[in-house]
Amino acid sequence: MGMTMTQKILAAHAGLKEVKAGQLIEANLDLVLGNDITTPVAVKEFEKIGVSKVFDKDKVAIVPDHFTPNKDIKAAEQCQCIRKFAHQKEITNYFEVGEMGIEHALLPEKGLVVPGDVVIGADSHTCTYGALGAFSTGIGSTDMAAGMATGKCWFKVPTALKFVLKGKPMPWVSGKDIILHIIGMIGVDGALYKSMEFVGDGITDLSMDDRFTMANMAIEAGGKNGIFPVDEKTLEYVKAHSKKDYTIYEADEDAEYEKVYEIDVSTLRPTVAFPHLPENTHTIDEVGDIKIDQVVIGSCTNGRLEDLRMAAKILKGKKVAKGVRTIVFPATQKIYLDAMREGLLEIFVEAGVAVSTPTCGPCLGGHMGILAKGERAVATTNRNFVGRMGHPESEVYLASPAVAAASAITGKITSPEEIV
Amino acid sequence: MKAKGKVFKYKDNVDTDVIIPARYLNTSDPKELAQHCMEDIDQEFVKKVKKGDIIVANKNFGCGSSREHAPIAIKVSGISCVIASTFARIFYRNAINIGLPILECEEAAKKMEAGDQLEVDFDTGTIHNITKGESYQAEPFPAFMQEIIKADGLISYIREKVN
Repeated sequence: MGMTMTQKILAAHAGLKEVKAGQLIEANLDLVLGNDITTPVAVKEFEKIGVSKVFDKDKVAIVPDHFTPNKDIKAAEQCQCIRKFAHQKEITNYFEVGEMGIEHALLPEKGLVVPGDVVIGADSHTCTYGALGAFSTGIGSTDMAAGMATGKCWFKVPTALKFVLKGKPMPWVSGKDIILHIIGMIGVDGALYKSMEFVGDGITDLSMDDRFTMANMAIEAGGKNGIFPVDEKTLEYVKAHSKKDYTIYEADEDAEYEKVYEIDVSTLRPTVAFPHLPENTHTIDEVGDIKIDQVVIGSCTNGRLEDLRMAAKILKGKKVAKGVRTIVFPATQKIYLDAMREGLLEIFVEAGVAVSTPTCGPCLGGHMGILAKGERAVATTNRNFVGRMGHPESEVYLASPAVAAASAITGKITSPEEIV
Repeated sequence: MKAKGKVFKYKDNVDTDVIIPARYLNTSDPKELAQHCMEDIDQEFVKKVKKGDIIVANKNFGCGSSREHAPIAIKVSGISCVIASTFARIFYRNAINIGLPILECEEAAKKMEAGDQLEVDFDTGTIHNITKGESYQAEPFPAFMQEIIKADGLISYIREKVN
């Protein structure tokens, strides 16, 4: 029996010729990641292990991106704790505010993840790097500590779901709409413990930014990882960003999948996930009249340059509706600079949009855009759970940057087709 | 090892944001976290929970964020065990790694009600509902995970290996 792409990467990192679904293995890690929420707990656990050094100071990345720039004294102390740890352990890839970006946009941009890698991160959206043809998955702080000490992590080899994409998406339909459609179809536990492998002619037309968005949200379907085959676009991206050696793995033709889904992306519409689960999806045509108080464009899901370009295209020469607080968060300093040089930030500011330094802030209800009781937001983020962006009686509607920008202009959830 | 206590019952997809809202994640102090456990889904939980009590839920318990603060808050609040039809994968790993006993049992999740008195035997996976006079059988852990649990969590397990 053949292996899936994920199984092949795991087998190679466990020093095995072959692995089977359900098998428990120990894999060598290419990168271990943590942020300012999860790393303080990992530091405490690391100290208990009793080793003096991390397994490889070049293979640990620590990114204080959640409550930074420090939102309060407690957050400042958590950041101080991880800064000291990074300094003591001589961690090469510690990124301070000023060079910091949202971790899952930052690491690929810095060339720290390449095809064929095995990456664990104490952040559930670590699955983002599947866009590069790597195996990457979220774990907790204790696994992060163990990974930093040993360079290894145990995994149960997952089964897989195959998503065969066909056709070319219509204008205003992005990777966000495709992944929301998929989560709506299979549910928030539809891929529980499984790999989601995205293949087919339909992915050829998807940009790297679209692929990052899709792999990023594999966790919202319960997936262990989401992964794309490596093609010319991947290699172009990798060569532009990294000097690391990479390995291309391909699924065997006779690989076994639990289920195969065929999706004609040309038939998809802009899609919105209603509160309080990412699976509560509706096409833009079914939304109805939903007034909003805030729009957030950014996050590890949709804070990349193409996302900002899309939003700027819609907001150019227009004003956001009075009373709708609209905030754009470029995901990294490089994206911020590129957006500035392209004139995107000027378009945003002229439209009445607040532009923030990179932070995860509002996505998880941390800071920089918290909702009051009864308020509604359209966000390009990834979760719309109860209380996710603030008060437990506030609401988050998940959408693409195009829908979010169009909604900012009208003050209600709106299709970009109505604006442009 | 056994646990005995009364049931707090929840539905599908209890996410880590309601188990411990992110607004409290500017600390990693377990006692502080426990004070806000389940706050956004059940404001009575912290007031009512007693040492040994048991959380029972339907599918996909612990979905969402990788925050280990979620199982830590549950454990330190006094909960002895979480039983669900299924667990989200990161929560499952985290619970084992920090030594919070969890059991997957669909029958138990469906039949148990809030307030039921339970006795759980982790060695056999048997869940006895004292109130209803019923017993349910959960899948025992794979041998590898039992080793981690026996070592009292992943860190002790690793410590034995590296030192």
